[in-house]
Amino acid sequence: MATPAVTDKDPGDILSLALEWHAAGKRVALATVIKTWGSSPRPPGSNLAVAEDGRFEGSVSAGCVEGAVIEAAQEVIATGSQQLLQYGVTNDEAWAVGLACGGQIEILVERIE
Amino acid sequence: MRAELLDAAVRAQADKRPVVLLRSLDSAERWLLDPSETPDGLEGLPDTLRAHCYEALKRDGASVVESDGQRYLLQTISPPYRLLVVGAVHIAQALVPMARIAGYATTLVDPRPAFATPQRFPGIEILNAWPQDVMDEVSLTSRTALVTLSHDPKIDEPALAAALRSDAFYIGALGSKKNHAGRLERLAGLGFEAATLERIAGPVGLDLGGRAPAEIAIAILAQIVKARYARE
Repeated sequence: MATPAVTDKDPGDILSLALEWHAAGKRVALATVIKTWGSSPRPPGSNLAVAEDGRFEGSVSAGCVEGAVIEAAQEVIATGSQQLLQYGVTNDEAWAVGLACGGQIEILVERIE
Repeated sequence: MRAELLDAAVRAQADKRPVVLLRSLDSAERWLLDPSETPDGLEGLPDTLRAHCYEALKRDGASVVESDGQRYLLQTISPPYRLLVVGAVHIAQALVPMARIAGYATTLVDPRPAFATPQRFPGIEILNAWPQDVMDEVSLTSRTALVTLSHDPKIDEPALAAALRSDAFYIGALGSKKNHAGRLERLAGLGFEAATLERIAGPVGLDLGGRAPAEIAIAILAQIVKARYARE
């Protein structure tokens, strides 16, 4: 039986994978859940790693905001400036991107240098 | 964040040492607290932030703290939870990959070389040894679960005895009610009190009704997850 090299459950694996991509010469951004309010699916410390070639592993929500975070991550990869993102039902972006569960999350996106 | 800092965090985790990553949310400044290193990585930080970092070593997860009007993210990078599987049987072949997906660093123990082969268990740590000979080296901590599956008292019971003497958060033993009663009797003969023996989940696993090896593996893993969060 094949065993997966990485899962979204073990933060160590996502960090290792991000480092592996970086060591292979790819530019990589790391998104980390820093704060949650109400019912958010992933706790603080959850990671999503995004490479410049579009590959990503891990999660910061149940898939609700990953698309937007990956987009922001590409911007962070290009500029090198970290970003703080907030999503929730009260957010201006609620129409486009938000948490169906009614929770709110704040996410840090930083480039690995 | 510098890759070197992240790499140091991941290496500490692999060495089973918790470390704390501190990130400024207002600037690109980063620190890594590693108490086993001198200096510890927090040079130049105010005492209140240092205290927060040392406090975070004792728990999992991440939180935001404020200091001098600035916000910081404190993240504890903990060693993974571990699962020790004793008995390289068919159920183990299902349980081991499932446990890895669930984030458990998994080690397999079986003294029978024909059972515990890398072909049957690719990519995991295999100890071809009698449990009584390796249990001292395999540290059983409060972040360890142990399950015996071999059905052979000579293999299973020394492992169970070691687990009962440890802080392991879950101890499970495969076997019918009748087998389990006999096992408890023999362990009681070694001096274990009834209250201690109650730590062993047997017959093992939540009662999901399934009998196929993979279904039993799911029942065992579900019981491990339940035990872990019941404790918190």
